[in-house]
Amino acid sequence: MAHDPLCYLDYNATAPVLPEVLSAVTADIACFGNPSSVHAAGRRARAVVEDAREAIAAMVNASVQHVVFTSGGTEANALAMRGLAGGCAAVLASAIEHPSVLAHVGENRIAVDHNGIIDLADLERQLSTGPSPALIAVMLANNETGIVQPVAQAAELARKYGARIHCDAVQAAGKIPIDMRALGVDSLSLSAHKFGGLKGAGALVIRAGVDLAADMLGGGQERRRRAGTENVPGIVGFGAAARAVTKLLANMPRIEGLRADMERFVSHSAPQARIFGKDVERLGNTMCVVLPGVSSETQVMRLDLAGVAVSAGSACSSGKIAPSHVLLAMGVDPAEAKSAIRVSLGWDTKPEDVMQFLKAWLPLASSAAA
Amino acid sequence: MSTPVNSMGFAKAPADTRVVVAMSGGVDSSVVAALLKSQGYDVVGLTMQLYDHGAMTAKSKTCCAGQDIYDARRVSDMIGIPHYVVDYETTFKADVMDRFADGYIHGETPVPCVLCNQTVKFRDLLKAAKDLGADALATGHYVQRIDNGGRAELRQAIDPDRDQSYFLFTTTRAQLDFVRFPLGGLTKPETRDLCISFGLHVAAKPDSQDICFVPNGDYAAVIRKLRPDAAQLGEIVHIDGRVLGKHEGVIHFTVGQRKGLGIGGEAEPLYVVRIEPDTGRVIAGPKEALLRQSFALHSVNWIGDGEGPSSEGTPVRVKLRNTHTPIAATIFADAPGSARVVLGEPEAAVTPGQACVFYDGARVLGGGWIARDKADQPIPHNLRRQAQPPTVAGGLN
Repeated sequence: MAHDPLCYLDYNATAPVLPEVLSAVTADIACFGNPSSVHAAGRRARAVVEDAREAIAAMVNASVQHVVFTSGGTEANALAMRGLAGGCAAVLASAIEHPSVLAHVGENRIAVDHNGIIDLADLERQLSTGPSPALIAVMLANNETGIVQPVAQAAELARKYGARIHCDAVQAAGKIPIDMRALGVDSLSLSAHKFGGLKGAGALVIRAGVDLAADMLGGGQERRRRAGTENVPGIVGFGAAARAVTKLLANMPRIEGLRADMERFVSHSAPQARIFGKDVERLGNTMCVVLPGVSSETQVMRLDLAGVAVSAGSACSSGKIAPSHVLLAMGVDPAEAKSAIRVSLGWDTKPEDVMQFLKAWLPLASSAAA
Repeated sequence: MSTPVNSMGFAKAPADTRVVVAMSGGVDSSVVAALLKSQGYDVVGLTMQLYDHGAMTAKSKTCCAGQDIYDARRVSDMIGIPHYVVDYETTFKADVMDRFADGYIHGETPVPCVLCNQTVKFRDLLKAAKDLGADALATGHYVQRIDNGGRAELRQAIDPDRDQSYFLFTTTRAQLDFVRFPLGGLTKPETRDLCISFGLHVAAKPDSQDICFVPNGDYAAVIRKLRPDAAQLGEIVHIDGRVLGKHEGVIHFTVGQRKGLGIGGEAEPLYVVRIEPDTGRVIAGPKEALLRQSFALHSVNWIGDGEGPSSEGTPVRVKLRNTHTPIAATIFADAPGSARVVLGEPEAAVTPGQACVFYDGARVLGGGWIARDKADQPIPHNLRRQAQPPTVAGGLN
């Protein structure tokens, strides 16, 4: 097989491990102590965990004692959606939430407009007429489109109607600044591997005064909010990634410039292609694009065979690609939604990578147009 | 010096020849992939997601890979090829499962494997292979594709016990140009030995049985699920007009079937002679009443020489079901796409909905679907005369 160098444009699925994460984890990997142990080995492990906790609290402008480590984004979302739901009469989530949030919500959805932004009027209507108090979930940035949500305004509405609000910030971390106090949310979830940490480490950060019921029961770890011995190497990496966020954010204008170049090429050479969220606030690294007439799976396979890694919505383990619920919620035609791919750039992306993607993808566009 | 033709028939290096392998997760297609990879081809594995395994085995609806997809993926990992799953659930349901159910409802005994080869494999998967820039699509079928001076011919497999040519009669010339069957010259034991020598974990996997989407062989349960109103009660009627009993739907019957009629007290064993879906009647009679010497075919495919069977009659051998030994017959072209078959000797197993596949020796000439009897139609005398077993041309044996 004639292989081009691997061109990784799927940062929203997972990001490469940052060099500073690798060296931090490597340095502490033999730090085997149990953070709950009284002795020196335990204290040492406890110290590295708390170092990481401080870095993560600082990253999102929260208090150290309110960072609860979990196994990742899915568990953090589960902990929030279950742990905050006590006493709530209704749970509603934006129609574009990640499945790990939607799994905890019945039928209630906050609508989004054709730009993929939640409809605050719809939210207020539901809060003012529905059962109270409610628990609501609004993500900070959508994983498929990169579209940024008006979370602070949603949180204001939540306060006005006595609702609790959870914010899934997994995809936003490392790409836009996150200020939990400014957002005004009750809880916020993070996942280390989305911004250069290791898989298997995440956190739910809660606001002071929020009553969070534990979901994982057993030992008294994480101030009784999450039982289980801490994933020390994962947490060390998480902390190192959090400390690198300033650098990652400083790199975003460059990445956004690359994306702008890429999108210009796409629009020029494949005018039939449709890019979502072009005119609204969007993560600078993400392009969600529909190429009419070419299925998502064909695009992903063709690109992979050309050494380019991108994603097609959310594929399940069988490879069945359902039309994206995010695009459907935005009113995109189901047939069109089945031709969408997500290209997500990151700190290691170079202009050559974008060119390699275009070289492999544009022929698909011209063959479909022919 | 020109580049020699490689084993897939292309005048270029194997490394420059992309072959998509249809991987089911079983022994045969896994060996195809490993074999082609070992020969240096640019191999890409594709596995079709065809139906919801959980739903078919009455477990809760699942969205997850079955064992076969897992196996195909692990084999691909091991031999070092890219592997993808393509989702054909919608088209498999419409083109194979629904037509399977409708066949039974219309009093026929369908062959879903032919429909699957014809539609999802050689139409959709073949297109997917072309979309991936492949030069050829290889499958694990036991059948041979012989290049006869630039023209591809379809032939039975070397191993007569494994031959799958019956299930491939709808293959068109254009499809035959693109597909490859690397196992056609091997016996199953040889394939299994190869599987072991490649160190593939599926080597001990049993052969797939019967119809993949019919767990435990209970096809009627599958039809009831697909077509809940299919089970119309009806009468079992003797060819002499006597009503012999009642039945729970024509879908439970196949022409030629003896068991399961639930009728006793008759002097001789009774067989299903005809199914009348419009009246819901199942007609039963003695074995002699099953004999047919002539019947009609529809949707005829021809990949022999020339444009198709002659209206004057083309002598061939035919298989009326997969397990048959080919018998002598003459094919008369009828309206476009239709033909009439006149057998050398009357046969007791002419089952509507099954395929009638034409052979010239080991070569597959095409075939058609056996149409339902309108009523008992005696063979016209002139046709009966023409239906002598062919003796000369074509080296029939």
